[in-house]
Amino acid sequence: MAEIMKMSILRYRPETDEKPVWQSYDVPYNHETSILDALGYIKDELDPTLSYRWSCRMAICGSCGMMVNGQPKLGCKAFLRDYAGGELKLEALANFPIERDLVVDMSDFIAKLESIKPYIITQEPRSLDDGCTTQTPKQMEQYKQFSMCINCGLCYAACPQYGLDNKFTGPAALALIHRYNNDTRDQGKAERMKFINEEAGVWGCTFVGNCSVVCPKGVDPAAAIQLGKVESAKDYVIQMFKPGE
Amino acid sequence: MSKRKPYTREMKADWWRKDSFFTMYIIREGSSLVIALYCFMLIAGLFSLTQGQSSFETWLGFISHPITIVFQVLTLVWTLYHSYTWFQLAPKAANLWMGEKRVPDSWIVNAMYAALAGCSALGLIILFL
Amino acid sequence: MSRSHEPIFWGLFGAGGMVAALILPIFIVITGLLYPLGIIPAELLAYDRIFAFASSWWGALILLVVICFPLWLSLHRLYHCLHDFKIHAGVRTQTVFYGIAYTATIASIVLVLVL
Repeated sequence: MAEIMKMSILRYRPETDEKPVWQSYDVPYNHETSILDALGYIKDELDPTLSYRWSCRMAICGSCGMMVNGQPKLGCKAFLRDYAGGELKLEALANFPIERDLVVDMSDFIAKLESIKPYIITQEPRSLDDGCTTQTPKQMEQYKQFSMCINCGLCYAACPQYGLDNKFTGPAALALIHRYNNDTRDQGKAERMKFINEEAGVWGCTFVGNCSVVCPKGVDPAAAIQLGKVESAKDYVIQMFKPGE
Repeated sequence: MSKRKPYTREMKADWWRKDSFFTMYIIREGSSLVIALYCFMLIAGLFSLTQGQSSFETWLGFISHPITIVFQVLTLVWTLYHSYTWFQLAPKAANLWMGEKRVPDSWIVNAMYAALAGCSALGLIILFL
Repeated sequence: MSRSHEPIFWGLFGAGGMVAALILPIFIVITGLLYPLGIIPAELLAYDRIFAFASSWWGALILLVVICFPLWLSLHRLYHCLHDFKIHAGVRTQTVFYGIAYTATIASIVLVLVL
């Protein structure tokens, strides 16, 4: 515990603060200290009023997303050793309203995830007697990486289009549409195309590409959205020959 | 009574200057500025071509003017940056498979560079025909 | 929920992006470096040669592809850049931006046909 890191955190206490203010802490760290560990140290030893979200400490619950020196990161997956010799500035996830300190209001993001029908839709109900549905490795490969999303919201914090206009459906929700539309067990594509075809659907994306850079789970939302644009364009041409729809 | 008072941080118009990734994005999009001007320059050439030889030679003089050369060098560099970004992102917009395996991204990117080389060579061949 | 008409402009943008990335560079090299700096014989861009090229159906086609598609790329991107710079553009602005690309396309086609 020889090293000391200066950590500045953007504090916001709604009952007293008009706007967020920076506050600094000196935190001892070693090779294993994650940012989440450092926040725990601050909370336990220096300042119990600091608020932040966390749960699993192993990059699967998606709770501890925050801006680390301006980049969206999971606190549990970023380590102080990688910022040695410098300063750490922590801020609540960008593009979301700050609820308190490092806690953001994600209700818009959650509403979007729910709205796009992120579950397998079948036309005919299946019974247990039907047995399991088989899938080839290739069929599974079409959607597997997109199913790794943990809904942490880092891609929304990384997306300037969502920041500029939060009507945009956004990376994770559009990637999830792609995930279900390309699952051979699913038959809900027609229902979900409505969300893709909108101005606020895939067409709100200008392919900045930062969502795929920041994803802590290796999901490539930018790819899902570009393939969604191809699908939407095909759908657009098809509907031109189907008057009345 | 709720003590909730969510604070919304405003995104300023210069957001793209704060982060190099976003700056490069705006530079990528900015290539369209010189590309458009260059296309208008070609349309002017096409127009001069319809007006006869002396008119076309005036246009040839225009594209040989030092300022126009500087503009075109800038356009070339910026357009090649567009090419670079376009090739980098191309695999994301393609879902290509070879049998049971996805075509590696590097193959698609390399194919794009090969196409650029091919188009350039073809352009020179047509010029010398 | 209403369907966006963006697929039309996105299609033209995509074609333009491809043309600008693959074909435009050699055009700029020729008109911006090889010819003005005298690296290639000036006769290669002589009036008669270029006239013959632009009057042939395939030459005209190459010119139209190289001139028009990148304009759709450019005006599509510039229009979306307005939003990136927090300039709120309405239907009128959109009409002006795509109208420029449209007018330039029609003008180019007319010029090629006149030759």
